[in-house]
Amino acid sequence: MSVLVYTENWDGKFKKLSCELVSYAKSVAALLGGDVSALSIGSVDQDELSSLGNYGASLVLSADGAPSGLDNQVYTAIIAAAMEKTGASVLVMAHNNTGKAIAPRLSVRLKAGLAAGVTAVPESAGPLVVNKKVFSGKAFAKVKILTEKAILTLSQNSFEINETGGSASIESFDPGVDASAATSIKDVQKQEGKLLLTDADVVISGGRGMKSGDNWAPLEELATVLEGATACSRPVSDEGWRPHGEHTGQTGKIIAPNLYMAFGISGAIQHLAGVSSSKCIVAVNTDKDAPIFEAADYGIVGDALKVLPELISEIRAAKAQ
Amino acid sequence: MRILVCISNVPDTTTKVKFSTDQLSFDDSGVQWIINPWDELALTRAMELKEDPSNPVSNVTVVSVGAPSAEPTLRKALAIGADDAIRVDAVSGDAHFVAAQLAAVASDGDFGAILCGIESSDYNGSAVGGMISEIMGIPSVSAVSGIRFEGEEVILSRDIDGGKEEVSVPAPFVAIVQKGIAREPRIAAMRGIMMARKKPLQVVAATDAESFTSYQAFTMPEPKAPCKMVDADNVKELVNLLQNEAKVL
Repeated sequence: MSVLVYTENWDGKFKKLSCELVSYAKSVAALLGGDVSALSIGSVDQDELSSLGNYGASLVLSADGAPSGLDNQVYTAIIAAAMEKTGASVLVMAHNNTGKAIAPRLSVRLKAGLAAGVTAVPESAGPLVVNKKVFSGKAFAKVKILTEKAILTLSQNSFEINETGGSASIESFDPGVDASAATSIKDVQKQEGKLLLTDADVVISGGRGMKSGDNWAPLEELATVLEGATACSRPVSDEGWRPHGEHTGQTGKIIAPNLYMAFGISGAIQHLAGVSSSKCIVAVNTDKDAPIFEAADYGIVGDALKVLPELISEIRAAKAQ
Repeated sequence: MRILVCISNVPDTTTKVKFSTDQLSFDDSGVQWIINPWDELALTRAMELKEDPSNPVSNVTVVSVGAPSAEPTLRKALAIGADDAIRVDAVSGDAHFVAAQLAAVASDGDFGAILCGIESSDYNGSAVGGMISEIMGIPSVSAVSGIRFEGEEVILSRDIDGGKEEVSVPAPFVAIVQKGIAREPRIAAMRGIMMARKKPLQVVAATDAESFTSYQAFTMPEPKAPCKMVDADNVKELVNLLQNEAKVL
């Protein structure tokens, strides 16, 4: 049984997430005893498309004539057509904005059980049973797929990229679907060149203990030194100290960087729900009993504003060696 | 336009999660139930839209799929301001089963806008809104953090990686909303709570629908190793640990 993976592109380029998805699809296919086909929608050049072979795709379908603006119904039709063409029984997508928008529609269209936000390869193939987080990371559940087909959406930064050294054949794909969109995009506002919070390997985050939005410069400096992104807790974005897009937590962004550093964040359960999948958590807080220290790997009891300058200079020194 | 807001009845987000001793089901003893946080924001925005007389919104209905025990949560939604409520009488099934129930209600009621939260804080399925739209064969827009009218036209603001898009969508449609759709959830006032008792809460029978998935068992995460504390005067040691022990620098 083969696997189809939808690899989204960003202005014609794939990113780390795309490699992660194909690696994941390859592991699922190995479990099922089949091949991986990747689907790309929109204009992507040949070199970029063939790079997916290195992560385990044996075929790349390129629907290069399809519209790049996201209309959920049009994309659903294109991906459903690719599922039919490849005869795949499992569809892999990212658990990001696009995946969340389209996977549920495809679940109905293909009559395929959806396990959303999975972090590991299914533990069995027949029936397909896969682990996923529930209650915002407070527990895990084993989800059993009751249908013949399945859709798995993978949480970002949860699966190790695996280079297979393989190569993929590329095939132009005309899905033959009605591409007239019901929705129309009237305006796009985009910040170019900024590292996305969800893509960052390092996230530097501040809470109420930073005392004011005017005190963010050292956090931004540390993020620059570590080539990371900045984030904040909910009270900070509610106060308007930082934009809402930086709020990490249950109702904000859910992230899983390699390193998450929390300065002046007490660690309310809702905040931890957004960051607990980070590989390493460092906390600096004046309150030794703050719940953030229960989630953290390393901690300092102290004033973030005093610790930050020294931390920045020590990290600079360590990186210079 | 009539607006339908889909409400999921979920455990309070500060709940200490427990399961039955056989690990097969969620243990709801002592749990406080609330409106799913994203659904609460959707309802708040729906009320704001209705209250502004320049918008063509005539009515806001809330709907939930669940047992009679879900009714206090619907009453709370009525107290916040919804005009009427519908409970589909069913023990909640999987996302597809629930979406099929909500789609049946939405199709019956001539709703122009169907609002759903982007996920529920219990099973984090992120599926019901999109499924409703596909079952009904109508447009959907996800990651919506703004909704407004320009005359009769509905403009949704959708979050994309690194920015926002303004999307025009014809009714009927499903908007799957997230943080930003309303500033803060509205809290019911005493007058609203009094009025909610008299507002209609209709109970309808469930329609036949299949479940595509089932939960087999639940497990708790492995306990984490205790946090290594470093003295505030010894920041150098923290950097050393991050570099040589955790290897994250």
